[in-house]
Amino acid sequence: MAVIEARGLRKSYGKSVALEGVDLCVEEGRILGLIGPNGAGKSTALNAILGLTQYEGELKVLGRDPWKQRDELMREVCFIADVAVLPRWMRVSQAIDYVAGVHPRFNRAKADAFLGKTNIKRLSRVRELSKGMVTQLHLALVMAIDARLLVLDEPTLGLDILYRKQFYDTLLNDYFDGQRTIIVTTHQVEEVQHILTDLAFIDRSRIVLDCSMEEFENRYFELLVAPEHLEAARAFRPIQERQVFGRSLMLFDHLDRKHLTSLGEVRTPSIADLFVAVIGAQAQGRAS
Amino acid sequence: MTTTMPSNGETPEVRTPASSITRPFYWSLRRELWENRSIHIAPLVAAGVVLFGFLLANRDLATRMDQWRLRDSVSRTAKLELPYHFAAFAILATGVIVAVAYCLGALHGERRDRSILFWKSLPVSDLTAVLAKAAVPTLIVPAVTFVVIVATHLVMLVLNVVVLLANGRGAAPLWNDLPLGQMDITLLYGLAVLSLWYAPIYGWLLLVSAWARRVPFLWAVLPPLALCLIEKIAFDSGNFGSVLADRLGGGFSEAFTNGAFQHGHRSMGDQLSQIDAGGFLATPDLWMGLVVAAGFLAGAVWLRRRREAL
Repeated sequence: MAVIEARGLRKSYGKSVALEGVDLCVEEGRILGLIGPNGAGKSTALNAILGLTQYEGELKVLGRDPWKQRDELMREVCFIADVAVLPRWMRVSQAIDYVAGVHPRFNRAKADAFLGKTNIKRLSRVRELSKGMVTQLHLALVMAIDARLLVLDEPTLGLDILYRKQFYDTLLNDYFDGQRTIIVTTHQVEEVQHILTDLAFIDRSRIVLDCSMEEFENRYFELLVAPEHLEAARAFRPIQERQVFGRSLMLFDHLDRKHLTSLGEVRTPSIADLFVAVIGAQAQGRAS
Repeated sequence: MTTTMPSNGETPEVRTPASSITRPFYWSLRRELWENRSIHIAPLVAAGVVLFGFLLANRDLATRMDQWRLRDSVSRTAKLELPYHFAAFAILATGVIVAVAYCLGALHGERRDRSILFWKSLPVSDLTAVLAKAAVPTLIVPAVTFVVIVATHLVMLVLNVVVLLANGRGAAPLWNDLPLGQMDITLLYGLAVLSLWYAPIYGWLLLVSAWARRVPFLWAVLPPLALCLIEKIAFDSGNFGSVLADRLGGGFSEAFTNGAFQHGHRSMGDQLSQIDAGGFLATPDLWMGLVVAAGFLAGAVWLRRRREAL
């Protein structure tokens, strides 16, 4: 069953267009990475999915219209937004009481258990916690909710590497059960590459790449070219070529792996490298 | 005996029943009180200040009562009551100021600190959130005000009694001349009147709070003033201004029978017989004000849905 179905999703603020005919379909049990430069429309897309902004076009999240049914939708959807949005005056215990009071699918014991593994004190106010602890608290609240869709918008922004690692580990080990669906946007692409099942690039208000990670691994290859095969490799029209330690590194799209194995070392590219190749190429295309 | 606790991931998932009872309005209200502690602190501080002043003035009560003894009972009551009225007024005024300040910040602050993204990530409708915010100035603040005033009056009464007993007098004159119970009933009625009468003002402030990107106070105050000015210049009339003044006046002239407020020294005890609830409820201005208030609140709900974090 599709958790999110968007067809021709469009959103503009006055004259500037934030989303231009976005089509997106996310099935249950997937972990989708939505990757794009700043201002590409990621947050707008997420806001539309969460019922925080009006849009044109068709959009169904868990079978509901998010704009018209936000409060009902939020019984089954959780999100952690791009910055620490927990109210700074709130005490940890108040945050738990409040969510327990308004959310029918909140499991207080789970939140307590998760917080028990941290150094967060119940009587602390959010403003007294470090940024990492605020994120832990938010994660504890969200993980205690039996939601079907979790939306993470730059959840680890400004966190040090230990908290970032812990964040995704916790999410995968203690939360994701193969039935829930997660959408995550982040600039730290390399940190999420191994957890994603699906990948979408968004650039200039449009989805420019949408594939599963399996597809990604079968479709894109990175070739560390042996110097003597440089011309032969170029003949296969790489989508990008760059120099690393004096050797050429080429990125190929839709090419049978067997053509490449004789030309050098073949491996799966990082999402970040592919991102630079795809978005960078488009930026160049626009410039010329 | 002790075994390692299995991590959450290993325990079989127990799906929370979707039927757990939630009380979004109640918890939204609780959340407002957590955030805005001035709602109870400010009236308490006002009460403290009043009591301190009263403590100083109270020392020579016995001597002053001797001077009043010759006067008639109405006049004695007025003298005795005066500090009680003053205490009630000071605390009530503090409550109104707290309510106004609260309304201006209620829908603005959550957008400024971006916590609106957290509130909106939970299954609480914008209607519930706005109604909870509207309940603070119209229900919670008056209730707190009432309790604090009654408590202050009781402390004042005890202080009065202590001074009289310390001077070797009986406290009987207090029981005879100080109609505390009647004062409190009048106060309760007055607070209800004020809430209903001020509802459109609070609604307007909440609307501006939901709308303004910056300085909601100026947006709340300047446009009405500008309207008054424009009307004066364009039509040389002051209808809008007098409607505003009437609204700000508190509606007491409609809520009590004529006379209660024309004799300033009249005791509040007398006003009990002058409560005119029927007359107040029959005032078209009251109902028009409530309709306007509902319109403002609907606007605030509409805006809260659409406005993004600042």
